[in-house]
Amino acid sequence: MIHRYQFDGLNIVLDCYSGSIHMTDPVAYDMIGWFEDLPEEEVINKAMSVHGISIEDANECMADIKSLKESGKLYAPDKYENIALDFRKKNIKIKALCLHVAHTCNLNCSYCFASQGKYHGDRAVMSFEVGKRAIDFLIENSGYHKNLDVDFFGGEPLMNWDVVKKIVAYGREQEKLHGKNIRFTLTTNGVLLDDEVTEFCNKEMHNVVLSLDGRKEVNDRFRVDYAGNGSYDRIVPNFQKFVSKRGSKSYYMRGTFTHFNTDFLNDIKQMLDLGFTELSMEPVVTDPSSPSALTREDLPVLFGQYEELARLMVRRHKEGRPFTFYHYMLDLTCGPCIYKRVAGCGSGTEYLAVTPWGDLYPCHQFVGDEKYKMGDIYKGVENLELQDKFASCNAYSRPECKDCWAKLYCSGGCAANSYHASGDINGVYEYGCEVFKKRIECAIAVKLLTSDIDAPGEENQ
Amino acid sequence: MTRIVTIETRDLEKSAKEGGCGECQTSCQSACKTSCGVANQECEKLSK
Repeated sequence: MIHRYQFDGLNIVLDCYSGSIHMTDPVAYDMIGWFEDLPEEEVINKAMSVHGISIEDANECMADIKSLKESGKLYAPDKYENIALDFRKKNIKIKALCLHVAHTCNLNCSYCFASQGKYHGDRAVMSFEVGKRAIDFLIENSGYHKNLDVDFFGGEPLMNWDVVKKIVAYGREQEKLHGKNIRFTLTTNGVLLDDEVTEFCNKEMHNVVLSLDGRKEVNDRFRVDYAGNGSYDRIVPNFQKFVSKRGSKSYYMRGTFTHFNTDFLNDIKQMLDLGFTELSMEPVVTDPSSPSALTREDLPVLFGQYEELARLMVRRHKEGRPFTFYHYMLDLTCGPCIYKRVAGCGSGTEYLAVTPWGDLYPCHQFVGDEKYKMGDIYKGVENLELQDKFASCNAYSRPECKDCWAKLYCSGGCAANSYHASGDINGVYEYGCEVFKKRIECAIAVKLLTSDIDAPGEENQ
Repeated sequence: MTRIVTIETRDLEKSAKEGGCGECQTSCQSACKTSCGVANQECEKLSK
């Protein structure tokens, strides 16, 4: 399966199953498109007629196309479905936990998928005993995994900071005893991000996600405290100080955009103006009846924003002022293997969320939905039927993905998004698919436009 | 005349033989938390 698209003068051909990417001139772009549907002779004749090229030129291009096909870089067959079925089921070892250390928050953002951190339940914080047991549970069930991931999440994890620090200390002690490497990460709204937290995070946290929606008026529309005061003026100086001391360690400034700021590129620009360069901006996840929910009519606007974002990245790259956008990060040569691409994020199998009480859920987005409770950190995963369902959820489990060129980039999409959109983790969140495909097209275009490879025809210009 | 330039990418078929170690970062732990994909992950083995 191939996918062809154009971006700012580039003709791009993606070969789905080999992972190959080709830049072509307009002749080859058309011929590659026709090749699957027309006999060879017709493709050649059509190329001569449409593009006014000689038969020698058309034959030469045809030979190149056939050579790429023979070498497995074009029209490569799909050989991965069985890999998909076996991989997760044979390898259910846990490698990552999302620790809900605080089901409470010092902000009251109305769009929060976690209902202001409470996940539709009671306010609670995780005790050290629960956190300690969670680390033990992770190590006991991690099998062959050496690298383990533990994310401190909420609500607002800094509202339970002493316990976070104790869990980290315990994890550091245990990883040595068991030959593991725990990567701790933290997501925070920044309200309590002081010098002491900064120093600790810069020592211990592999990555820190900082929540800011961009422009002050955008951020303060939703990200308000319980008195209704916007958080921007309080959090931005904290974030700036934090990042100035972060050195080369990883962080992301992460925003959410909604129906009210479909011009989210302006929010990304605001983040850049504030000095942040590692950026992520996510579409809101909310009930479609909410006024903040993105609409079908918003989609073309969002597409335009993603394209403009790509152009901004290329421009700033050329100016020597590059920045990172999470969804446009692609490592073409050292990206994920086919197993990861097929199996996806690992929710419900290698990745679980732990509530303040120690209950286990497939991921943070299922917490609070009782029918998705999988077990607890004391007795382990008990709902094996649910575990099996998540283990079977992959790039090949949805009929809608069968002919989609992007399935090995998204692995069939986010199970929680599918569930919320369709009622089934093996359903499809079509809106999310549209956004995802646009982002991948733009991400690849950015990679090509910032590389030193000339597009065909450019070398003589 | 070169009408097609092939960009160097990871060979997915080859990765079926050498991949699957499971040591890479869990996708949703990094920055999204709400709309996971795997395309932007790095291979733990190859990126060392």
